[in-house]
Amino acid sequence: MSIHRPDAISLFDPAIARQAVLASFRKLDPRDLVKNPVMFTTGVVAMLSSILFVRDIVLGLGDNVGVVGQIAAWLWFTVLFANFAEAVAEGRGKAQADSLRKTKTDTRARKIAAIDSKTWTEVAASDLRANDLVVVEAGDIIPGDGDVVSGIATVDESPITGESAPVIRESGGDRSAVTGGTRVVSDRIVVRITADPGSSFLDRMIALVEGAKRQKTPNEIALTILLVGLTLIFLIVCVTLPGFALYSGAALPVVFLIALLVTLIPTTIGGLLSAIGIAGMDRLVKFNVIAKSGRAVEAAGDIDVLLLDKTGTITLGNRQASEFIPLPDVNERELAEAAFLASLADDTPEGKSIVALAKSRFGLQETDGLQRQMTFQPFSAHTRMSGVTFAVTDGRGREEIQKGAPDAVIRWVADWAGGGTVSVVPKDIIQAVERIGKAGGTPLVVGKNGRLLGAIYLKDIIKPGIRERFQTLRKMGIRTVMVTGDNPLTAAAIAAEAGVDDFLAEATPEKKLSLIREEQAKGRLVAMCGDGSNDAPALAQADVGVAMNTGTQAAREAGNMVDLESDPTKLIEIVMIGKQLLMSRGSLTTFSIANDVAKYFAIIPALFIASYPQLQTLNVMHLASPQSAILSAIIFNALIIIGLIPLALKGVQYRPAGAEELLRRNLFIYGLGGLVVPFIGIKAIDLIVAAFGLA
Amino acid sequence: MNAAGILQIVVFFVLLTALAIPLGIYMARVYQGERTFASVILGPIERGLYKLCGIKPEQEQHWTAYAFAVLAFSLIGILVMYGLMRLQALLPLNPAGEAAVAPDLAFNTAVSFATNTNWQNYGGESTMSYLTQMLGMTVHNFTSAATGMAVAIALVRGFARRSAKTIGNFYVDAIRSILYILLPLAVVFTLFLVWQGVPQNFDPYVSATTLEGASQTIAQGPVASQDAIKLLGTNGGGFFNANSAHPYENPTALANLFQIIGLLVISGGLVVAFGRMIKDGRQARALYAAMALMLVVGIGVCYWAEAAGNPAIASQGVDITASDQAPGGNMEGKEVRFGLSASAIYAAATTGTSTGAVNSMHDSFTPIGGMVPMVNLMLGEVIFGGVGAGLHGMIVFVIITVFIAGLMVGRTPEYLGKKMESKEVKLAVLSIIVFPLSVLCLGSLAVVLPIATPAIAAAGPHGLSEAVYAYASATANNGSAFGGFSGNTPYHNSALALAMLLGRFIVIIPTLAIAGALAAKKTVPPSAGTFPTHGWLFVALLISVIVVVAGLTFFPVLALGPIVEQLSLAAGTLF
Repeated sequence: MSIHRPDAISLFDPAIARQAVLASFRKLDPRDLVKNPVMFTTGVVAMLSSILFVRDIVLGLGDNVGVVGQIAAWLWFTVLFANFAEAVAEGRGKAQADSLRKTKTDTRARKIAAIDSKTWTEVAASDLRANDLVVVEAGDIIPGDGDVVSGIATVDESPITGESAPVIRESGGDRSAVTGGTRVVSDRIVVRITADPGSSFLDRMIALVEGAKRQKTPNEIALTILLVGLTLIFLIVCVTLPGFALYSGAALPVVFLIALLVTLIPTTIGGLLSAIGIAGMDRLVKFNVIAKSGRAVEAAGDIDVLLLDKTGTITLGNRQASEFIPLPDVNERELAEAAFLASLADDTPEGKSIVALAKSRFGLQETDGLQRQMTFQPFSAHTRMSGVTFAVTDGRGREEIQKGAPDAVIRWVADWAGGGTVSVVPKDIIQAVERIGKAGGTPLVVGKNGRLLGAIYLKDIIKPGIRERFQTLRKMGIRTVMVTGDNPLTAAAIAAEAGVDDFLAEATPEKKLSLIREEQAKGRLVAMCGDGSNDAPALAQADVGVAMNTGTQAAREAGNMVDLESDPTKLIEIVMIGKQLLMSRGSLTTFSIANDVAKYFAIIPALFIASYPQLQTLNVMHLASPQSAILSAIIFNALIIIGLIPLALKGVQYRPAGAEELLRRNLFIYGLGGLVVPFIGIKAIDLIVAAFGLA
Repeated sequence: MNAAGILQIVVFFVLLTALAIPLGIYMARVYQGERTFASVILGPIERGLYKLCGIKPEQEQHWTAYAFAVLAFSLIGILVMYGLMRLQALLPLNPAGEAAVAPDLAFNTAVSFATNTNWQNYGGESTMSYLTQMLGMTVHNFTSAATGMAVAIALVRGFARRSAKTIGNFYVDAIRSILYILLPLAVVFTLFLVWQGVPQNFDPYVSATTLEGASQTIAQGPVASQDAIKLLGTNGGGFFNANSAHPYENPTALANLFQIIGLLVISGGLVVAFGRMIKDGRQARALYAAMALMLVVGIGVCYWAEAAGNPAIASQGVDITASDQAPGGNMEGKEVRFGLSASAIYAAATTGTSTGAVNSMHDSFTPIGGMVPMVNLMLGEVIFGGVGAGLHGMIVFVIITVFIAGLMVGRTPEYLGKKMESKEVKLAVLSIIVFPLSVLCLGSLAVVLPIATPAIAAAGPHGLSEAVYAYASATANNGSAFGGFSGNTPYHNSALALAMLLGRFIVIIPTLAIAGALAAKKTVPPSAGTFPTHGWLFVALLISVIVVVAGLTFFPVLALGPIVEQLSLAAGTLF
């Protein structure tokens, strides 16, 4: 099964960049700009300095006209760069949305009045309403999201999931949901439409990816408030400074004050904040996970407890034979041969694994068995056994081997021997069966011609590497809980082997739900994934509920994320993406604030050097002139936004580690870096500005 | 700087911590309504007071009711004190025959004492009657301190509780603060000061003839009792104009040492009590360490700058190096009996806390030495800070720190298991923004308005420092004066009162709102992914955020004031 992910879009795809440049100008519209208070402030003062520039030219004022003009220009650039960052992020989302939209062709639907109606009317897919019934046959495109109410069909869902193998969709059960835009490959189904036009799964996905309905997430709002607070503080600083300057006998040109204001307010993080948010959603989409809201992505970073289903997530879906346990009077090879023969025609993964084990232990060959005339009895839920009967050439008549659930095989053996009376069951077989159960395995018993041979140990195979992943999660401070229908004994054994922190045995949907509520009552945030309808309440209750795309419509509605590839282990990646999103914001905020120190050392001496020449001591960067100092600071301030766009889009590198270590590392890079980088940057720009005589 | 001076600093810190810890443990018990050794005597009085005032101690308040009680209590305090001053000429206990206080000065003083600022635009011995000093100043020294302590405890409860609607009962918290903490400590401290020679009487002023034959009036009065609470309650309003530089207020070196400890011990103890109440001593240790570190650095810089002395004096051929006979350095404005080190500790401690009592004249410090107290004010009074105010101010900074840095570990920031969301950030930002708003706007007006500028004595950058210091002191509810600023004019009396009100109540209301919001939240149990808020990394981070926020706000003003003055001084220019 090949999974194709949406093509990776390079950071500055020319087509996107072109669109983004246009969009950065469109976004100068004050109605858009006002959503970002820091950039709005910058825009307002850019306008003000432009007006002052024009006034200076018209009235022929001052000798600073050139510098004023350049400052005004760079202020506009600051706003444009921030707009560009947002536009690039949006552009990347749009590119992904477009590929989704291609699947949304204008299909025709065959609407029927009732499930058993023979006649249908053809309508456009866009005219379908919720609860309409449509019939879809092989080759048809399913016209809208819905539930299969009758029939069974294979459906090609690759347009949505990228998964090339068709999946089975049938009425009832957990595989009844179908998605509009997918194609029925075989058979005929009746679908009850569940979504009105425009609100289908695909529509919402496109809207989300495009960021059309993007709302600020709680954390983003809180950060914006902090940034507004800082902006206000620096506004106060700059508004009151002329008073202190007047007292000190210094005249401050308004444009210089504006330059001070813009360099101080957190333009870096302010300019990149929305790009970071959009890029975070985008990263999820690249993992083929659709988050229904940014809030869910953010919550993923805060997860304390992860509920994981055992089967398919922690263990491989199938159990595998790992050991033959013969009774004392049987040799292992004899048991292996019997099991091998009984499993030859068994197509279940368990059966195949028995064949494989026998081959590897004793070098048995398929041909060994095929020479004989055999009749296979497939597994049935009624007998709970499968076996083989073959004619024996030496005249003893017929031989029969059965393997299956211990009690069923034991009864079969007893029947064979004495016609109904159960003879004494050997103690050894009971012991073997118990031992396997305690170790977390499933026992199968093998009997031949009324004689017990021994047991096969079917083991739950822990997925390779999963143990390490749980260790990683523990390091991140996340507790993992395994959810399984197994009995507590088996569950404990598997939990210990997989290295999960806790387990919920004999789980029912109710138990799952109450576990989530319990953890939440303790203040923890819980993530889980699920697919069945009975998972829906738990998915809705969980702070992060990832529904598998193969699951039911109910599950997909209840969860706040949908995993298109239906891979439950992806929860781990989702958590990491959430954390990365928050980290990117925090790191760039720290960087932005730390930058201000250097800017002060550039601008304050420049502003007051005329009245207090002693302040030259504070000009630690030895900037060429007051004008070039101010210009360099403002240029640095604008360029750093462009410089950090790749980081904002890619996100700050996240390595799973404890909070302490992460903090130390990020503080070193973004705190200390933020302190040092502008000193170097401003000095370098100043050298260029001075060399070209720009100021 | 010499060994004796440094030893003084070390001894002071050891003593302070040794006293703050048991006091904090005791305070935590008091605020949680547990029995203490003092309950035998004070318990019945406490219950009697509740009955008398109709307070139901078990009835807790929502944060809005708590805030309303704080505001109403303070407002009534302001009105009563205003009345006392306006009518003191008609009231008893006025042997010096002080006249009614002018309306603007009375307003300024009433606000000043009710907000725990104790900015004094008057000389106590020449303006206030004994009755005003006792019923007005001294009573407010208790009540304003108790108000601050109550607010801090309410905020601590916000962290300690989960999914709760209430944050305590203001009246109960205030009464317990006074009855169990301030009053007993004040009695002990008063007796100590009396032993050290501080007067405590109602005698009329004494006339004396000096050696030169001039006649001198020596003021008397109930000094020790007000002296004790001015420090314990981080009030700072002296009985005499010279405050703790006056030999009657601060007679000996031992008295001086314990005065400094006295003005820090409750604030320090409240940090310990915070650790007790949230049941996590490590968190309290981190805050204590951050406060102590900033205090040490402040003392160190101030001591170093003063010990280095004034190069302009040295250039006149005066020997300013320390010797066994002379302290050396810059002794201008300092009491010889205290010397450089004790003056530096006092200056840093009184401005780090919102006390404002002084044992030397900050105006006479070297520019950098004088910048230390000014910076302490600008940091927002979180270096132990005012009783209560320091702790809740610090916690607000912790919220900001945790919010900025906490995101860097990839989780919604949380402190003590409480998630910091937009509501908390909004309120924290609001309470932090008041400070620059008041100091910079009113300070800027003070140096340019023709009606305001005559108050400034010195020229140039030093004059700027004088004016900015006054408004920083008022907004920080500190009350210490740089000197050289004659604030007793209708304009400054009103503007300073405004600064004090803003700095007190626009901080307290959001703080209580934070307390209410936090109490209502669930508590997230800590995990390996939780942002660690103990340990040195966090201490360093917290200090950086406090310094960077204040630094970014006030750097331009500091550059135009003390920094340029120091640079000029080195170049031989004086102002």
